[in-house]
Amino acid sequence: MSDHILEMRRITKTFPGVAALQDVSLAVARGEIHAICGENGAGKSTLMKVLSGVYPAGSYQGEILLDGKPVDFRGIRDSEEHGIVIIHQELALVPYLSIAENIFLGNERRGRSGLIDWNRTNADAAELLASVGLHENPVTPVVQLGVGKQQLVEIAKALSKKVRLLILDEPTAALNDVDSAHLLNLMRRLRDQGITCIIISHKLNEITSIADSTTVLRDGRTVERLDMRSGAVTQDRIIRGMVGRDLDSFYPDRDCTPGEEVLRIEDWTVRHPTQDRLVVDGANLDVRAGEVVGIAGLMGAGRTELAMSVFGRSYGRDITGRLYMHGRQVRARSVAEAISNGIAYATEDRKRFGLNLIDNIRSNVSSAGLRRLARFGWVHDNEETRVAEASRRDMNIKAPTVLSVVGKLSGGNQQKVVLSKWLFTDPDVLILDEPTRGIDVGAKFEIYTIINRLVAAGKAVIIISSELPELLGMCDRIYTLSAGRITGVVPVGEATQEKLMELMAKDKEPAR
Amino acid sequence: MTSTKPSSGAQTKPAENAPAAALHVGTSDPRTLILNNLRQSGIFVALVVIVALFAFLTDGLSLSPGNITNIVLQYSYILVLAIGMVIVIIGGHIDLSVGSVVALTGAVSAVVVIRQGQPWWVGVLAAVAVGLAVGAWHGFWVAYVGIPAFIVTLAGMLLFRGLTLRVLDNISLSPFPAEYNKIAAGFLNGLMGGAGYDAFTLLIGAIAVAGYVVSCFRTRVARIRYQQPVESFALFVARMALVGAVVMWFAWQLANARGLPIVLIILAALVLVYGLLTRRTVFGRQVYAIGGNLSAAMLSGVKVKTVNFWIFVNMGFLSAVAGIIFSSRSNGAQPAAGNMFELDAIAAAFIGGAAVTGGVGTVVGAMVGGLIMAVMSNGMQLMGVDQSLQSVVKGLVLLVAVAFDVYNKRRAGATR
Repeated sequence: MSDHILEMRRITKTFPGVAALQDVSLAVARGEIHAICGENGAGKSTLMKVLSGVYPAGSYQGEILLDGKPVDFRGIRDSEEHGIVIIHQELALVPYLSIAENIFLGNERRGRSGLIDWNRTNADAAELLASVGLHENPVTPVVQLGVGKQQLVEIAKALSKKVRLLILDEPTAALNDVDSAHLLNLMRRLRDQGITCIIISHKLNEITSIADSTTVLRDGRTVERLDMRSGAVTQDRIIRGMVGRDLDSFYPDRDCTPGEEVLRIEDWTVRHPTQDRLVVDGANLDVRAGEVVGIAGLMGAGRTELAMSVFGRSYGRDITGRLYMHGRQVRARSVAEAISNGIAYATEDRKRFGLNLIDNIRSNVSSAGLRRLARFGWVHDNEETRVAEASRRDMNIKAPTVLSVVGKLSGGNQQKVVLSKWLFTDPDVLILDEPTRGIDVGAKFEIYTIINRLVAAGKAVIIISSELPELLGMCDRIYTLSAGRITGVVPVGEATQEKLMELMAKDKEPAR
Repeated sequence: MTSTKPSSGAQTKPAENAPAAALHVGTSDPRTLILNNLRQSGIFVALVVIVALFAFLTDGLSLSPGNITNIVLQYSYILVLAIGMVIVIIGGHIDLSVGSVVALTGAVSAVVVIRQGQPWWVGVLAAVAVGLAVGAWHGFWVAYVGIPAFIVTLAGMLLFRGLTLRVLDNISLSPFPAEYNKIAAGFLNGLMGGAGYDAFTLLIGAIAVAGYVVSCFRTRVARIRYQQPVESFALFVARMALVGAVVMWFAWQLANARGLPIVLIILAALVLVYGLLTRRTVFGRQVYAIGGNLSAAMLSGVKVKTVNFWIFVNMGFLSAVAGIIFSSRSNGAQPAAGNMFELDAIAAAFIGGAAVTGGVGTVVGAMVGGLIMAVMSNGMQLMGVDQSLQSVVKGLVLLVAVAFDVYNKRRAGATR
């Protein structure tokens, strides 16, 4: 027997009607980085909730051994006392408290009088920050930090709790490449200091580069445990385990036959809503019917800002430039005008900006095109149901009925609801901002297939993505954006990741 | 009108089903139905329990014809306010000013009719105009300036109470002429005669039941045509019979007292119109969208500012209606009129299942919530319970009702 810090044996957890985990076993060796892979809904988060005590002992079957001894966690506090800390995808920091206050929240450094010893708090915090490589003053409010730095604060907070087993749930989902690389390096450093890490990630390239071993889950069961140290395990190998089959072509094939120009912007310039700087500077871009155009850029390059400003000026101020639809100049000063001009924009953050999570599929699908279902302001609700049912069928949205609440669906199905909603407005051009962020491999493939179907039907599609392979796999042409300026447009045949990266990093000083 | 939600077992039937066969689509399993509808039916069950409790405690006095008429007359203006309030709350706002607006609109009406001797309908129009203006004022600050409604209407509460005092010169005005007084204290009776009871009231009750059944049946047929799951035919008949029986019993009690109160007609019309407005119009649906997720609504092309503006204009209008009813019922205008009405209206909306965070709630729910409060207050008054204790009980009921709702939602595992 090798030295396992953690063993979870035959864990079974059922919710009313569904078995989320069945006989799942997980063994993590001391001092390794252990990755957990699986499609959304495979049971990764449930397993981590069992481990961290969110689901207390007794609400599941099976046993957890820590250092070879069985443990029963009744809550998160319990597991933290044993040195297990979980950092969730949605960070749990209080924005207007300082870094130091956040690190010691619930675990305050007190002096003899029982009052908080601020000198010790800040000094200890500074030490922890240094150990995670974050050079910030501990009294800085967290709200002033970017997501990458906030992630480091979370890790510093975990270190302050004498963590032995650190669990990171999708730590790099919202990070740019530089921050991601920094975080992965930090994980290696922590491992060398003897802290065991579990990482849950959809980014398989990260897993192959960092993990010592990988456990693959599928449909609530353990599929396999892969030893990654040899370097022989490829991304394709992991995908095969996750989906239970080979994805011979990850990006479905499509013939490119571009037609008439649909949308063109000229000299598009957008100012930041509160600060005095340009976030988009003189951009020119066009997309034709039956064509998929990509926009690549690092975080902060202005991709989303460009898209949203085109979409009815929903971002920024002092927007200047010309917008043409089908060669005719149009105004789209509000979202409603943009929609009626045939523009649709599916946001990168579907939970915050794309969906009404407390309402059902039917209302969400109709919400952008409700007027199509109405006469004199009266909604034809049976017709609405029919439309929603049709979307559920065409898009393969997995839900019992169209009256299911959207908040309960998985990420991939939520994204399909977002697409249904925009397709119902019958747009000529669809701008998809990070269309596959946070959704599993199988659903990604479905989304790609849907995009290809739309393009085949003569729609124009613009994809904004942080994943270059996705752009290379899906697009016909790729624009690169750097600091608000278009730095190049590359036909996909000539594009490589290296070439795009070079253009994305060009002219790095901020725009005027 | 509310069709039973489909259970997971009751999937759509294939298209080749003849409509006659499809009349029986759905589930009749009472357990499934109750579980599926706990959230909606819970409130009705609570109302029935409370009505039964007070009928028992008062030896049936609370269900006597005279008392039923009284409940309608006494609480109608709260119910009118609750209609507007639930829409405000669904939109994610709150309105603390409605009590003051009730006072102001009543005062303006009294000044026009009593002091200046104008006909009664001029007073009504003046009150409505003031209500709309107040609503537009609130709507402007909330929608276009972007001040939270809590602040805007808290300011409005002080502002319009002060204006009421100025309009009335700090004194009460009364009495109104008989025509104005009839709005809230009047009855439609004797139009068709009847031996000891009012036949007209029964006829109106019967028409209401018939209208309800026809509309439900048409909804049902349409749903079947669109292959949507519906409740089983037997259950449908049972539901219609139950609603019919309750309404006809209610009409019979009214007919045996003083006939059909005019305010009840106003209230019924408002409930019908606003029930449809919230569920079936683009405006209503956009209110839910805004309350559910403001950013998503904005990025779906909803003109958020316009919708918010009209939500408050509508609240102003309904406050004016309540102000007219209240001044008519109290047969005058007092500087302190409408004090704390906002809290009763807000309580009605929340007991009726509206969510503090917006996006959830129904007009019918708010009406039932208001009735629960009304039946309780009335019952305790009949029993001679001390005012202080009444307040304690009402407070606890509000708390328990919302706690029950939160518990239900958590059990349903709704939103994260």
